[in-house]
Amino acid sequence: MKTETRSEQFHPPSVIGNILRKLHIDIPLFIGLSLISLLSFIILYSAGSQDMDVLIRQAARVGLAFLLMTALAHVDPYQFKRYSALLFGLGILLLVAVLVMGQFGKGAQRWLDLGFFRFQPSEMIKITTPMMVAWYLAEHALPPKPKQLLIASILIIVPTLLIAKQPDLGTALLVASSGAAVLFFAGLSWRFMLAISTVLAGLTPILWHFMRPYQRDRVLTFLNPEADPLGRGYHIIQSKIAIGSGGIYGKGWLGSTQSELDFLPESSTDFIFAVFAEEFGLFGCLGLLSLYLLIISRCLYIASQAQDTYSRLLASSLAFTFFVYVFVNIGMVIGVLPVVGVPLPLISYGGTSIVTLLAGFGILMSIHTHKKFLPHS
Amino acid sequence: MSRIYTIKNKLVESRLFLNRIIAAFIVVLLLTSGLIIRLVYLQIVGHEHYATLAKDNSIKIEPLVPTRGIIYDRHGKVLADNTQSFSLELIPEQISDLNDTLLRLQKLLNISDEKIDQYQKQRKRQKRFVSTPLLISMTDEEIAKFAVVRPYFPGVDIQARLVRHYPYAELASHVVGYVGRINEAEMKSLPIAEYRGSSHVGKIGIENTYETELHGKTGYAEIETNVQARAINTVNSVPPVAGENLYLTLDIDLQKTAYDALGTFNGAVVAIDIKTGGVLVFASRPGFDPNPFVIGIANDAYQALQSSENQPLYNRALRGLYPPGSTIKPFIALAGLEYNAINAEHKLFCPGYYQLPNVSHHYRDWKKGGHGSVNITEAITQSCDVYFYSLASMLGIDRMHSFLQHFGFGEKSGIDLSGEKPGLLPSREWKRSQRNQSWYPGETLITGIGQGFLQVTPIQLAKATATLANKGNIVTPFLVKNTVNPNPIEPDTERPPSNITVKPENISSIISAMVNVIHDPHGTAKSIGKDINYQIAGKTGTAQVFNIKQDAKYNENDIDFKLRDHALFISFAPADDPKIAVAVIVENGGHGGSVAAPIAGQVIKQFLGGNNENRNP
Repeated sequence: MKTETRSEQFHPPSVIGNILRKLHIDIPLFIGLSLISLLSFIILYSAGSQDMDVLIRQAARVGLAFLLMTALAHVDPYQFKRYSALLFGLGILLLVAVLVMGQFGKGAQRWLDLGFFRFQPSEMIKITTPMMVAWYLAEHALPPKPKQLLIASILIIVPTLLIAKQPDLGTALLVASSGAAVLFFAGLSWRFMLAISTVLAGLTPILWHFMRPYQRDRVLTFLNPEADPLGRGYHIIQSKIAIGSGGIYGKGWLGSTQSELDFLPESSTDFIFAVFAEEFGLFGCLGLLSLYLLIISRCLYIASQAQDTYSRLLASSLAFTFFVYVFVNIGMVIGVLPVVGVPLPLISYGGTSIVTLLAGFGILMSIHTHKKFLPHS
Repeated sequence: MSRIYTIKNKLVESRLFLNRIIAAFIVVLLLTSGLIIRLVYLQIVGHEHYATLAKDNSIKIEPLVPTRGIIYDRHGKVLADNTQSFSLELIPEQISDLNDTLLRLQKLLNISDEKIDQYQKQRKRQKRFVSTPLLISMTDEEIAKFAVVRPYFPGVDIQARLVRHYPYAELASHVVGYVGRINEAEMKSLPIAEYRGSSHVGKIGIENTYETELHGKTGYAEIETNVQARAINTVNSVPPVAGENLYLTLDIDLQKTAYDALGTFNGAVVAIDIKTGGVLVFASRPGFDPNPFVIGIANDAYQALQSSENQPLYNRALRGLYPPGSTIKPFIALAGLEYNAINAEHKLFCPGYYQLPNVSHHYRDWKKGGHGSVNITEAITQSCDVYFYSLASMLGIDRMHSFLQHFGFGEKSGIDLSGEKPGLLPSREWKRSQRNQSWYPGETLITGIGQGFLQVTPIQLAKATATLANKGNIVTPFLVKNTVNPNPIEPDTERPPSNITVKPENISSIISAMVNVIHDPHGTAKSIGKDINYQIAGKTGTAQVFNIKQDAKYNENDIDFKLRDHALFISFAPADDPKIAVAVIVENGGHGGSVAAPIAGQVIKQFLGGNNENRNP
């Protein structure tokens, strides 16, 4: 035992690597996340009218998020499993609390004011939902039987509806997909997935038939934003102009004219990818997508190496949900998906989503660095 | 057997899982390829098309700022309007060296560093092509100076803007409030789209409470612009909707009378139209000139206001906390009658002090030697303290607390101004939870004469007086009568009163005692009752600022002005059909009867059309 430790100390690739390993940090993932965060600062400086204050605030949030990630990486994955149901229940309670309070204060309410800080329960539920579903399914043999499928579906639908009622469709979509991802990785049969899709597709015309004209109008604008050039469509049109005018090589850093001239709304938040594409062109976009792919691949690898069912399901769901984030945001900005309020992960300005994302990566690192026995290589 | 089954199952599970990971990875790759195809389509195939759109002509959406609503008093006199003013504005995008330009401008026009800082802060929040003001309300001299050298300052220009103006300055500052530049915190809470073109927002007073109504709706113009972002054609526009004009219930002339009557004293006067709840006078002296706040008050001027001993920024009428002193006595007396602790005939001998059983402490009367034998009417008329010590002792703090609560003591009056203080109506529970102490009998006594923990605001006192005059039907004060432009909102003259059930004969006894305060030869405010053909009901009060030691002799000439008693007066008139209720608090005024009552007298006489002319030769 002693000799083993000594021999390990004998071949340190680097001092930093050793420290990171002691901190339970996964080095490839850490490098990928750091690169993306760096890129975020570069593009935010340009998109946020070159205001240093914006950068400083973002840096503080990112720093905090990295700390949380490190802290979670330290926790034994068994603890996540143990508290899954408790955390999920707490999240649901908080969501209900937010809704009830929203009834008293008018309008949309997503925040829970705890006096010393404000907290968005829907962010917490993004992680606790896959935790809960993974925990439930891991208790039974896989692939899930119809009864377990039904209960798992309820576990997903309840938080989704609560968030959709806030109303925050973007987050509701992400929560639903994180839960669905767990079902997929648990081995839900392809035939069943096909059947569900067919039923949903078949229901659409029936639903359409019962809708009132104004409701149909809304659906149409949702699907085809260009039909509403002053409202939602305005974002998409301007965003496409920004991306297209960037060309292959882009206009260079700080060279974005569309966001600069205020043509591009929400240039620091949901539509930041348009600024990026305008300034760095197709090459830049390919680079960014590669970076995202590297992170996702590493996460899927971590999932494949996980040693128990719960860890596998949770890790793979977190990895896949991260991709859904990227896909939904970029798809919306380049005009192939409807506009829903989902930020570009790790790049968009704003604190809560970064904290949640890095918390997820902290869990992945914890799963990877707390192996009970070493795999034979 | 089952063990083998599980192991086998685990193997199946992990194979299944690996398959799913691979499937997921393929899905990721396929979808990413989809994104890349779309990007290639936009950035290579469509590049020329989009580049042309971006470069040549583009549609830009410009906000059209609505005109802020005007605030009038009840007779249509303007309390806040918008005046044309010229400002020096910079467009950062068109200036090659911004710092150099700012330095040159600073030298030319003597601009303070503070204004430069303020400008820099505002500029950073804006896009680089937005024109941002450096100087607001330029003088003719400044305009002339800049006009000469204008060609040397590309990107700098003089713009005409509308600036909020308050013609009555300090007179109505605590009611109307003021607008100021939008700060960072407000930036976050205000609706971005609505405030895209606005630079100012209501900070306090009516300007703040009715911000949404006054601001109006921002419109948009779609402007076709060329490569220099210069407008060449307006394609389409949605005009702005001007803010609504507000008519207040305030009577600015009456307000002026009250404000002037306070003279050199600090204090507050609040008058309420009893029939409606409309606030006629809401004066807090000293006020301050809100106009400098609109253009951004200079730091030293602000510091001077902040550190002034008289606290002109402090809204005494809304937030000032004072012990009510003897003005609480009519309410305590009414409580006594309602709870049958006493009846109207009940007499008590006042020797000039009161003692609790087995306690040596003398609770003294303001009149040395006492009032002799008094009934409730005489006790109110002459403001006999001993009578009320005794009555308070009979009622007890619990009953006093619940009765006074009905009249709105200890809670916000509900007036449409933000920042109101609720005052303090003490109770056993309050003292237990706030101070962790039990309630002492002596505290009940001093609460009975409006001293001790009890604290009221002037608006609260006016509301309670109006409610008493209204036979116990609660009067809720409000300031905005109606809005006129563009659509008149139905004027809220009649607000449904919620009622306190008190016996009419009890109210009548109290009111007749309050009439005696002014019209009886022994009344403490008899000076204001002359030359009028109706009756005023009132009650004087004197609130101690500090406690006199048991054996010390009180001589008001000896003590420092700041430690002199506050003078209070509550009143309403005409006594038989009350129309107006007035509460007056004069800080360090000494006696309610001689200092506070005449102020209320002037307000009432002007409102009811008494012989006001005769008083001012």
